[in-house]
Amino acid sequence: MSDVPFDAEALIDASLPLLDIALLPGARPVVKLHLETAQSLARLVLDFPLDDESEPAPVFTP
Amino acid sequence: MNEPLHGLPACELRAAVTRGDVSARAIIEATLARIAQANPKLGAFTDVTAARALAKADAIDARRARGQTLGPLAGAPFAVKNLFDVAGLPTRAGSKINRERPPAARDAALVRRMEAADAILVGALNMGEYAYDFTGENAHDGPARNPHDLAHMAGGSSGGSGSAVGGGLTPIALGSDTNGSIRVPSSLCGVFGLKPTYGRLSRAATFPFVASLDHLGPFARSVLDLALSYDAMQGADPDDPAQTPRPLEPVTPSLEAGLGDLRIAKLGGYFARGDAAASEAVDRVARALKAERTIELPEAECARAAAYLITMVEGAALHADRLRERAADFDPDVRDRLIAGAMLPGAWIVKAQKFRRWYRSRVLEVFRDVDILLAPATPMRAPRIGQRTFVLDGREMLVRPNLGLFTQPISFIGLPVCAAPVWTEGERLPIGVQVIAAPWREDLALRVARALEREGVVSAPIGKGIA
Repeated sequence: MSDVPFDAEALIDASLPLLDIALLPGARPVVKLHLETAQSLARLVLDFPLDDESEPAPVFTP
Repeated sequence: MNEPLHGLPACELRAAVTRGDVSARAIIEATLARIAQANPKLGAFTDVTAARALAKADAIDARRARGQTLGPLAGAPFAVKNLFDVAGLPTRAGSKINRERPPAARDAALVRRMEAADAILVGALNMGEYAYDFTGENAHDGPARNPHDLAHMAGGSSGGSGSAVGGGLTPIALGSDTNGSIRVPSSLCGVFGLKPTYGRLSRAATFPFVASLDHLGPFARSVLDLALSYDAMQGADPDDPAQTPRPLEPVTPSLEAGLGDLRIAKLGGYFARGDAAASEAVDRVARALKAERTIELPEAECARAAAYLITMVEGAALHADRLRERAADFDPDVRDRLIAGAMLPGAWIVKAQKFRRWYRSRVLEVFRDVDILLAPATPMRAPRIGQRTFVLDGREMLVRPNLGLFTQPISFIGLPVCAAPVWTEGERLPIGVQVIAAPWREDLALRVARALEREGVVSAPIGKGIA
C-alpha cells in the first residue's frame, strides 16, 4: 500500500459529487473517522502478498 | 406444572402439549402476558402477532384432540428479528425508512419451517438499524436492554432476540449474523446462539445486509432447544441462490454423544486480547473440556480487517439510493459508516475477497489437527447503554464497530459456531464463549456445548433484571 499520507478530506470532497450524496451537519468528521479506520485496516489486507492467479472467494456457477 | 410456562424450554413445552398437560393456547396466553409485562422494560419486541399466534395454537390443540402427531416444536413460542418477513407486517429491518414498505405478502422461509414444526410465531424483535450494529441500540425504537441488568446493552444487531430469550419472553428466537450479530447478543444476554455454516440455512424473504457474509440462526436458553430449532430449519430452498446444496444433517440425535475423542484447542494470539472476564471464561471452558493446546489462526487480524471492508462496501452498495434520497431518516451512527463505505476503492474489496479464499484454505488446514476451537465471543461483558468507547489492550476504541472483534474472523469464512454463556459467581452479567467447528460440523459445536451445559459450566438462566 502506498506510503503517501491518506487525505480523507480530499476523498470525501472528490466522492460526494460522484455519489450524489450530501453530508448532513455534523457528519463530516464521523465519515472522516470511518474512512481513516478503513484505510488502516486496508493496509493489512493490501500488504498481504497474494499471487496474481489467486481466485476471490465467491465463485459464480453458470 | 409448577414453573411458569414462560420459563420453560421448548422441549418441555412440546412434551407437555403432547401429553395434554397444557394446551398450546395456554402457553401462548402466558407468553403474551409475559411480553406485556416485561417488554416495556426490555424493548425486545417491536410487533406482537397475538391473533395469529392464538389461531395457530388453537389449530395445534385441535390436531392433538383429533389424535394427530404434533411437530418437534409443538406449542413452543418463538419470535424473529424484524428483518425476517412476517406476513402482514412491513419488514422494517430496524429502520425508519423500511417501515413504509408494504406489508410482507408471506413469511420468511425459516418462519415457515419453524411453524411447520408446530412452533408458534408471537412477534418481531428489535434490532440495530439495517443490522450494522453490535450494541442493540436503535435510534427509532429505543434500545433492546440486557435482561440481567437493564442499564446495560443487549448487544447487536440481533439485540431483541437476545433480550427476548434471556428475559424469558420466548424460549426461542431467530436472528441474523453477518459479523457476530447472533454471537454478540448471545454473549451479552447470557443465552445460547447458533450461527450455522455460511450457506446452510435459507435466507429467503429476509432483508439482507452483506450478501457475502449474511447468516441466519436461532437463540435459545438450552442447547437442545437450539438443536431442535436448527434441525427444523434445515433443508434446500430454491428461493435462496446463496444456499449450498447439502443433505439434511440433523444434530439432535448426536447431541448427547459427549466429548468422545474430540480434539479441542483454545485460540491464542489475536483472540487472547480480551479483558480478564473474556480470558477467564475461555479458560474455564477449556479446563472443563481438558483442552490443553493453544493454537493460532493464521492472519486472524487481517481476516477481521477484510470482513470489515467487505461489510462497509457491500452495505453501502445496498443502501446507495436510500443514502442519497433519505439520509436524514437513517440512524446517524449507521448512515455515516455507510457513506464512508461508498467511498472505498473497489480494488480493496477484490483483494479482501481473494484473501478470504487464502484464509479459508489455511484455516481448513488447522482443522486437520483439531475438531473444536474456543474463543471469547466478545472482548468484555455488556457495556452500559449509551457507552461509546472501551479500552482494550491499552487502546481506546468505539463500542459499536468493535464488540465483534473476535466473531468477525470466524464468520468471515462461514464457520459454524455455538455461543455458550459463562457465569462468574458474584457477577450480574455473563460472557459468551465461541465453540467453533469446521464447516458443516454444527453437530460437533452443539455436542460440545451440550456437554458443557450438562456439567454446569455454561447455562442460560432467565434474567433477573426485570422486576
